[in-house]
Amino acid sequence: MISINGLHKQFGNLEVLKGIDLQINKGQVITVIGPSGSGKTTLLRCMNILEVPTSGSITIDGQTTDFSNTVHKKEIDLFRRKSAMVFQHYNLFPHMTVLQNVMEGPMIVKKISKVEARKKAEQLLNKVGLGDKFDFYPHQLSGGQQQRVGIARALALEPKVMLFDEPTSALDPELVGEVLQVMKDLAGEGITMVVVTHEMRFAKDVADEIIFMDQGKIIERSKPIDMFTHPKEERTKQFLNLLQ
Amino acid sequence: MFWNNFSYDPDKMQRYLDIAQSSLLPLLEGAVVYTLPLTLITFVLGLTLAILTALARISTIKPLQWIARFYVSAIRGTPLLVQLFILFYGLGSVGIVIDPFPAAVIGFSLNVGAYASEVIRAAILSIPKGQWEAAQMIGMSYSQTLRRVILPQATRVSIPPLSNTFIGLVKDTSLASAILVTEMFRRAQEIAAFNYEVLLLYTEVAILYWIICFLLSLVQGRLERRFDRYVSR
Repeated sequence: MISINGLHKQFGNLEVLKGIDLQINKGQVITVIGPSGSGKTTLLRCMNILEVPTSGSITIDGQTTDFSNTVHKKEIDLFRRKSAMVFQHYNLFPHMTVLQNVMEGPMIVKKISKVEARKKAEQLLNKVGLGDKFDFYPHQLSGGQQQRVGIARALALEPKVMLFDEPTSALDPELVGEVLQVMKDLAGEGITMVVVTHEMRFAKDVADEIIFMDQGKIIERSKPIDMFTHPKEERTKQFLNLLQ
Repeated sequence: MFWNNFSYDPDKMQRYLDIAQSSLLPLLEGAVVYTLPLTLITFVLGLTLAILTALARISTIKPLQWIARFYVSAIRGTPLLVQLFILFYGLGSVGIVIDPFPAAVIGFSLNVGAYASEVIRAAILSIPKGQWEAAQMIGMSYSQTLRRVILPQATRVSIPPLSNTFIGLVKDTSLASAILVTEMFRRAQEIAAFNYEVLLLYTEVAILYWIICFLLSLVQGRLERRFDRYVSR
């Protein structure tokens, strides 16, 4: 489903991604962990081209984009549709109601009729447990509810891959559970997911595999049990020990 | 003694009242026929110009930035009255004759465009980067993002400073009197030149400007409340 080859990203003199190679199969749930500044969020953002990689290539669902040459805008638009992102700070549109937030993508970008977009948005909001909040504005919702709207907005784009950028780290502890539950349900439906998180419980329970990143490189990739019980690399051990 | 002039004289008071009353209609006519249309037309044109200028300033295309910077600098760096004189008398003297009203429209629009562009630029920049990213993520183009996500939010932020600009503009239109537009202040000048009651006429016209601006600030309050419905208080 996803194949990343020799991906580099540089901000000025700072090299954030130093050659990432990664294959992810259809339906897999991959959790990316690592210390801050390790490049995990940048890697995720590159998959949606919110950050344009400096070189290397990414293939999602059969479409390959090679960033070693300048990439045409049309190609970026098409490539971006393969994935959808859930942001750490939700980034909902504050001037639109919950329903409008979810309808916006399908209606404006995919040119689906308003009636159809509405039907679909209602379905998705019911699915994330917000069937009674259609006409609320984001500021009237709790953080957990806002993030679930964020998930519904991403799902409305019908992406091949769902990208989660620390989806629970801006939330109050008691609101984390409801968001993780929605993500768990999605994982159960066989959606391909890449989740950058500090939520080790989620990594343990839901992820098929965990990737540990440090200083712009993938250090280790293994099944959750192996990662948590006997990590192969010294740096992984140190990082996991810090979390205890 | 000079204070004898202030002693109460019923005849004089009656004369003041008559003048104030008889001048009210011509003054209001000046407001309705020239001051208000000039303000409204100018504000709409100026705001359009301001949005374009703000977008040019934040664009990544260097020449566009330069043009916008030059324009804002030139307009903000020179007096409005001088700009109006150049447009009307200056251009007129070399054969480019523009009628007083259109000349005023051009002058004031250019002025509003320059000042308001800074307000709009600041408002656009105040919208969090996450909003651009979310719009990008759902697949919006640059212009879709501006139209549907950024400008609606920037509008809310810019209502108070733009109201300032608008109210300032109402009063600035009095400068159009200097290029022969018979707006409210010029009417006052003409009437005063006829009956010499300078203090009375200019006070009267000042109060009329004040009333107009007061009404506008009420409109501002309503607009602010309307746009505040999606932010928490």
